[in-house]
Amino acid sequence: MLRPVDSEILKKNIPPHLGGPQNRWFGLSVRARTLVYNTRNVNIDDLSAYEDLANPKWKGRLCLCTSKKVYNQSLVAMMIAEHGEAETEKIVRGWVANLATDPVSDDTRAMEFVAAGRCDVTLVNSYYYGRLMKKTPELPLAIFWPNQNNSGVHVNVSGAGVTKFSRNSQAATKLLEYLSSEKAQNLFADVNMEFPANPEVKSDETVASWGDFEQNSLNLAKAGELQTAAIKLMDRAGYR
Amino acid sequence: MKNDAVVKHNTAKVSSSYRVRLFNRYQLITGWRFFVFFIAAVVLIPVGVVISSLFSPAGDIWQHLLETTLPGLLTNTFWLALGVVAGTSLLGVSLAWFTAIYEFPGRKFFSWALLLPFAIPAYVTAFVMLGIFDFTGPIQTTLRNWSGSDLPWFPDIRSRMGVIIVMTLAFYPYVYLLARNAFLTQGKRSLEAAQSLGYNRRQGFFYVTLPMARPWIAGGIMLALMETLADFGTVAVFNYDTFTTAIYKAWFSMFSLSAASQLASLLIIIVFILILLEQQLRAHMRYAETKRSQYASRIKLRGWRSWAVIGFVMVVLFFAFLLPVSQLVFWAVQSFSTGFDQRYAEFLWHSLLLATFAAFITCMVAIMLVYAARRHHDSVTRAAIRVATIGYALPGTVLAVGVFVPIAWLDARLSELAAQFFQVDTGLIIQGTLVTMLIAFMTRFLAVGHFPIDSAMQRITRNIDEAARGLGLSSITILRKIHIPVLQSGIFTAATLVFVDVMKEMPITLMTRPFGWDTLAVRIFEMTSEGEWEQAALPAVTLVLAGMIPIILFLRQTEK
Repeated sequence: MLRPVDSEILKKNIPPHLGGPQNRWFGLSVRARTLVYNTRNVNIDDLSAYEDLANPKWKGRLCLCTSKKVYNQSLVAMMIAEHGEAETEKIVRGWVANLATDPVSDDTRAMEFVAAGRCDVTLVNSYYYGRLMKKTPELPLAIFWPNQNNSGVHVNVSGAGVTKFSRNSQAATKLLEYLSSEKAQNLFADVNMEFPANPEVKSDETVASWGDFEQNSLNLAKAGELQTAAIKLMDRAGYR
Repeated sequence: MKNDAVVKHNTAKVSSSYRVRLFNRYQLITGWRFFVFFIAAVVLIPVGVVISSLFSPAGDIWQHLLETTLPGLLTNTFWLALGVVAGTSLLGVSLAWFTAIYEFPGRKFFSWALLLPFAIPAYVTAFVMLGIFDFTGPIQTTLRNWSGSDLPWFPDIRSRMGVIIVMTLAFYPYVYLLARNAFLTQGKRSLEAAQSLGYNRRQGFFYVTLPMARPWIAGGIMLALMETLADFGTVAVFNYDTFTTAIYKAWFSMFSLSAASQLASLLIIIVFILILLEQQLRAHMRYAETKRSQYASRIKLRGWRSWAVIGFVMVVLFFAFLLPVSQLVFWAVQSFSTGFDQRYAEFLWHSLLLATFAAFITCMVAIMLVYAARRHHDSVTRAAIRVATIGYALPGTVLAVGVFVPIAWLDARLSELAAQFFQVDTGLIIQGTLVTMLIAFMTRFLAVGHFPIDSAMQRITRNIDEAARGLGLSSITILRKIHIPVLQSGIFTAATLVFVDVMKEMPITLMTRPFGWDTLAVRIFEMTSEGEWEQAALPAVTLVLAGMIPIILFLRQTEK
């Protein structure tokens, strides 16, 4: 579907792990899949990594949104790439065992459950946290960046590429280059409270206030390759 | 389409008198039959596209499904279907009986108000009910703050029971509407007949009136059941895994169109068996209206009986309509400043336009099918009609693909032809127009349009046809002058049902609409898929209000 794009500007602006194989697509804005916890019930020292949420100390304290959300699928896919299937399955089974309630329909619901005290910690995309806190700043919720001592925070991107049969590939490439530039990056990312993909560009004030973090630098194309494996793994582990 | 068939019919008619006599057994494809076959083919193509997948390999996905989720979701689907069938028939039949036979304070108001929940899509009822009754909702939060505990006794709405209740509240109007129609026209009289033969009222109801209303009740339950089997929005909000969930997951997450289509084929087969069973049940029955005149007088309810009925009706009305709509309005007001813009007029216009067209086409086709069935009693015609109404059981997305694939193919051939003979580059002709959508909607909702008209036709005695034919009237004249006026209430029911159903429909609209051509349902989808229930409330309220228009028009027409 997409053709390789050879552009120095894009290579410079977009880090390689946020792009597809042979430069066929480029991530343009970044959303982090991270932990959100209840500030009243959780000691921040207890939080560390995605994998740690399988620890029995979280029994009855974890909320998750459904495994049908592609974000959860790609998180698990990336974990497979890192730890292998057997180890990842053990972790996901640990999550399921720690659930306080059946998986909920979306990230916002999961955070509301955490805020209401049904559970203490959950996994969400950063911009859902941003939206919810903008609406109801009084909720006792905070973001935690996991895996800072090892692999880094799992990120997803929204991106673009040039189609194989495009009649206007030069103009399309120009557009991509523009979208990766400082001006466009802020336009793009700030609206939805996401992070700019271009590391030189500063994020929106609110988004920046959540603190800096290390991204997982494993190439995102892995998440696509391993998506089916991830879904099957979650089915086996009973993660609905 | 209609004109086409009429022309074909008339040409066939000219010489039919002796030809039919000569070739009766071989002349299957003439006139009305031709039309039936044509429509069956239109429906069969998408179904065929889906079912043909049964023979293509789907890799190891089946093995995986069998080992993991399939047993669970079959159980889920089974109990859900059973629960909704039980719930909708209990609510639908009892409410229809009370409002059709008895007289009690507020009866007139209640009898039309009970249809209003039909304007609320099930997926909307679902997120509103969760918003109200779930752990984070106002009720549990207030109780928690007040009692200081976690309310372990409070029933979890995110459960099998919760989904069944929500779907029952959303789908009971199908049964109510059709059963009421039957009770209104024959209930009181059949009850009187039963009583004159020595039954008391309860015996009369169970032994005479209820069995006589069976085709209507079964039809309503069938519609509710098929909605249940094809539902995706409601179960997604509840994260309750069913057959449909598996279809969507196989397709959109595991990218296996063949596994998805194979699962869908199984669903089609199950529904086909159900339809055959239902048809078998009423195959030996023939219903004729004794006298179509004023409705019989009602039985007056007094004292506690009257209050019990009013209480029951109010409880249903409260949970099925008042509560969800109040919550929607509350959210809509909250989000109005951020959510509303001038595009809403466009969303509304698109929704109304689409629903009107689809209702018109579907009813036209349904009338022709019903009429063809009256003219031709052979099993081939009947089977073709069954096929033509199977689309209702297809999950929207699967049907969308089934329609889209052949249309894309046809489009390619058409533009090849145009390029070859006229040297013009036509681009896409059918794709990206409303035609694709309308074909898909006709395919999906023909059953909804067909049933009310069909059962109305069954109540016209055949003597009328024979008398009219004896007077030398052509079949099209008989249809226009005699049947359509008598069928009016059936046609009205059909048009209303299809109109509202199309407006509520989500997946087909999403997948086959022209680019950027958004409707209210599309807007609701965009908001709920992001978890923004408050923002979804504004288009949802608009959709409910717009859906109430035809329902109220319909009621003014039928409730005299």
